[in-house]
Amino acid sequence: MSTYLLRRIWQMIPTLAGVMLLVFFLFNVFGGDPAAILAGKVASKEKIDAIREQLGLNAPIWVQLWIFVKQVFTFDFGASWSTNEAVSAIILQKAPVSLTVMLQVWLLDAIVAVTLAVAVAYKRGSFTDRAVMGICTAAMSISLLLYVVVGQWLLAYKLEWFPVLGWSDDFWTNVSTYAPLPILLLLFVSIAPSLRLYRSFVVEETGQDYARTARAKGATEHRVMFVHVLRNAAVPIVTNLALALPGLFVGSFLIEMVFSIPGLGKEIVNAVQRSDFPVIKAITVYLAMFAMAVNLLVDVLYKRLDPRVELK
Amino acid sequence: MTQQQASYGFWRAAGKRLWADKLARFCMAVLVVYFLVAGAAGMGWVAKDWNEEVGVSYANPSFLGDDYPNPQGKNSIISQEVLVVDEKQKAVDPLAPYYEEIEKNAAAYEKAEVKPSWTLLLGGDKWGRDVFDKVIKAGQVSISIGLASALLAVFIGTVLGAVGGYFGGKLGDLLEWFYNIFTSVPYILLVLAFAAVFGKGVSTVILVLGFVGWTGTYRLIRAEYIKQRGRDYVMAANAIGASHGRKMFVHILPNVSHLILVQLSQLVVDFIKAEVILSFLGLGVPTDSVSWGIMINEVMPELVLGKWWQLATVAVVMSTFVVSFGLFTDLLRDALDPKASRR
Repeated sequence: MSTYLLRRIWQMIPTLAGVMLLVFFLFNVFGGDPAAILAGKVASKEKIDAIREQLGLNAPIWVQLWIFVKQVFTFDFGASWSTNEAVSAIILQKAPVSLTVMLQVWLLDAIVAVTLAVAVAYKRGSFTDRAVMGICTAAMSISLLLYVVVGQWLLAYKLEWFPVLGWSDDFWTNVSTYAPLPILLLLFVSIAPSLRLYRSFVVEETGQDYARTARAKGATEHRVMFVHVLRNAAVPIVTNLALALPGLFVGSFLIEMVFSIPGLGKEIVNAVQRSDFPVIKAITVYLAMFAMAVNLLVDVLYKRLDPRVELK
Repeated sequence: MTQQQASYGFWRAAGKRLWADKLARFCMAVLVVYFLVAGAAGMGWVAKDWNEEVGVSYANPSFLGDDYPNPQGKNSIISQEVLVVDEKQKAVDPLAPYYEEIEKNAAAYEKAEVKPSWTLLLGGDKWGRDVFDKVIKAGQVSISIGLASALLAVFIGTVLGAVGGYFGGKLGDLLEWFYNIFTSVPYILLVLAFAAVFGKGVSTVILVLGFVGWTGTYRLIRAEYIKQRGRDYVMAANAIGASHGRKMFVHILPNVSHLILVQLSQLVVDFIKAEVILSFLGLGVPTDSVSWGIMINEVMPELVLGKWWQLATVAVVMSTFVVSFGLFTDLLRDALDPKASRR
């Protein structure tokens, strides 16, 4: 196990180096002159030169690359170009906001979708099953954008069940007042594809020989479903849930923009609009690191859930 | 007497399977209409004047009639003040002797005034532009972005996948490394990072989506080439001295082309959805142009004023296209690749 872990971590190094190279070349080589962006619309030559000197842009490219690598490992990306806040402070401040919304979506989506998937899989082939699948297909074909725009207008503006938008400094106010509508809308969008996927996992397992054997020896349908089938179907379901984790930190760009929730998603969109490269660079690199860690975690989880899996 | 029945070729058989499905025929009919209209808009035959102010601000849709309450509608005519210059004013006006000359010069530039209409077929937007023309033009932009970026992504994915799968070895490892880099950053974040560097514009959106979205095709084509490269027909081609390029693209490519077609179809839908979201966030198509995402971006303040027609139009038009294309892709996959699982 520990050899496996070590080798996997060893294999991550080239990928991580690649991500850093990609980000570096994308922003430092193709990204245009950051000094010209920073100096603003009316910039004198001296001002641009001073900024170039300050950012270390006059140094050879490999020195700049070394600076970037040091930034990644010391968690010090300097200050944002537009607000002059430290990038690390921005990330630490915004990530919990995104998580307040997205963790709830993640949990509720898992609970509702798995429960419904099992319930529908009991009745596979029946009218209920086909009706639910039909609704799912219809729900999936409508763009997230339309859900958000219409949902905000109808539920918040017209019916006044929720505040139209906003956010506060108090965690409980956020959870009880401002977060419910975005969470509800995100759930509308995310449950349909999850339900379809999980149902196919469960139905696939119910057709296996071991399920038939369990029924043949007289196990009740409930026992077959919860003890035999669900344990096997859990492997792909857990994978799917874990792989969604890195996305949670970004939150949903759309939902954070529309409801003006000051999370990472909104920060990134704003950073892109203002050409605030340090913020985008930092978030991209750290999220890639996190995604790699999650991938490793998923493989280890496999072993936990299914003892037959050999980690090589 | 024996009856000779030639068996159909692969494409013919797949086409027959697809045509036998009523739903597939219906989807194809819908898509043909969309592509024809988009093509016509691209040639400038329809919706050329989408940017003209042909109606009053928020003109009512014709089926509601011009009596439907509208602050700028017919029932609340805004009167324009007309300036009358009398003799007393002319006496003190230093420009008075030149009026005739000024008017004569101005006449050269004068255009017949188009009276903005109170109603438009599907209503008007804030600037009195025809929503019907707008949605056609927007469809042309969105569909062509989807098609072009999908073609780019499939091209990159196919070439890299073919090279990686066919040669393997060090070159294959290098391409795998590339693949790992691109898939380790969440897709939407990578799109935004590219968008931040390359700025706005239609061609930028195409490049960004194409450069970021090739990974799925690469994975598929690479696996397929690894499977095919040991087959007898490739060995035979090798024996007659075919070059690597010839074996890769003349011998193997036709045998995987059905997968490429399905992939292309899938990516068009995905990229249209991505373009809509990018444009909505203000990172895609510039605002002097129009796309479905930009139209949805405009509707939020309109809804508050009770002007629902632009939203209804764009929602129906866009959803119909996306649903038809999605269903068509599924059916195409069933027809071309019967073994693939549908999830």
